[in-house]
Amino acid sequence: MAQIVGSICTSHVPAIGNAIARGLQNDPYWKPFFDGFAPVRQWLDRVRPDVVVAFYNDHGLNFFLDKMPTFAVGAAPAYSNDDEGWGIPVSIPVDGAQALSWHVIEALVSSDFDITMCQEMLLDHAVMVPFQLCWPSAQTWPVRIVPIAINTVQHPLPNPQRCLALGRAVNRALRSWAGGERIVVMGTGGLSHQLEGRRAGHINKDYDRFCLDNLKDHPEALTSHSTLDIVELAGSQGVEVLNWIAARGALGDTALSEVTRTYHIPISNTAAAVQVLETREPAYSR
Amino acid sequence: MTRADSISSRAQEIFGTPVFDGAAAVRGYALNAMCFSFNKKENREAFQRDEEAYMRQFRLSPEQADAVRARNVAAMIDAGGNIYYLAKLAGILGLGVQDIGAALTGVSVDAFKQKLLNAGKDN
Repeated sequence: MAQIVGSICTSHVPAIGNAIARGLQNDPYWKPFFDGFAPVRQWLDRVRPDVVVAFYNDHGLNFFLDKMPTFAVGAAPAYSNDDEGWGIPVSIPVDGAQALSWHVIEALVSSDFDITMCQEMLLDHAVMVPFQLCWPSAQTWPVRIVPIAINTVQHPLPNPQRCLALGRAVNRALRSWAGGERIVVMGTGGLSHQLEGRRAGHINKDYDRFCLDNLKDHPEALTSHSTLDIVELAGSQGVEVLNWIAARGALGDTALSEVTRTYHIPISNTAAAVQVLETREPAYSR
Repeated sequence: MTRADSISSRAQEIFGTPVFDGAAAVRGYALNAMCFSFNKKENREAFQRDEEAYMRQFRLSPEQADAVRARNVAAMIDAGGNIYYLAKLAGILGLGVQDIGAALTGVSVDAFKQKLLNAGKDN
């Protein structure tokens, strides 16, 4: 049976990719954030995942407003990325865990999640920046991926409760997968930030800490706000925390421990964070 | 109250925060479609060769075209532009998200960056 080893939830600010390309990891502006990934990489060395199930949001690389799925699951053999129009570094493609994708798709639809399924899908910085942070020296990515896109662009966005339920349905799907893969869940984006409007530059430390403090043991607390409440609290892009909520759902109800947490303001316009939660399932703690 | 009513009325209550709802998506479709095309380098080059022809090809409204000509991101957002798509146009124009944030909040770029740095001072 597949093992869900834990989750990595992290900001995905595109400027991070540029900083990596320019070798700025030890620059005073960047160092506090990059240092937060040393324990993440140590953890990855220990748990050695084969597959990443990534909850993220597309920023207008793959999806346009002509067809905007609320939830979309990739089922491609491989996923390319691109410079997104403003010249961010292009990474090597990520191989897809294609058979697992179809298993997840079948399980989700039979759980009444009427998702969109995609056999071609470009992944943008929301996946590639976390990959670059987790495996900075990789010549080929050491994991395959099942990408799950959540719409955080075009309102109405899905409710937090629905995102948590989606994650929980993904958890049931992964637990019923007969393969022996070691799976890490990712949730990317956030935390509080806002790019547009008179309130551009909005940061909300109290709300971010509320999320970081409750995600592990009280994820329902994050669903006590509506999506528009979260926009008000965390900013119009801070609502990307929906991806974190879904990722937490995909860990299921098992006991969790927090491996590491970094919270740093600012990276560009964003309160940046990374948090790793580890499962303590009997199957894993051998 | 219908669901659609509740989004737009609630969204208007959030200070300084344009919520990209259905009305904005309809209003901004042409502008956002043009910006989406900038994912491809050849389209960015075509825009830079002849902005007016490129905007006509995507049938921008007069308000949208004026906003692009004026490099006025606030006006682009008022005309239905979505920041994720507009960021691609901003890239062509040499503007980053902090340049945009400064312009939208009426401060210098240095002051905007300092505001973010200050937010991190006591965490």
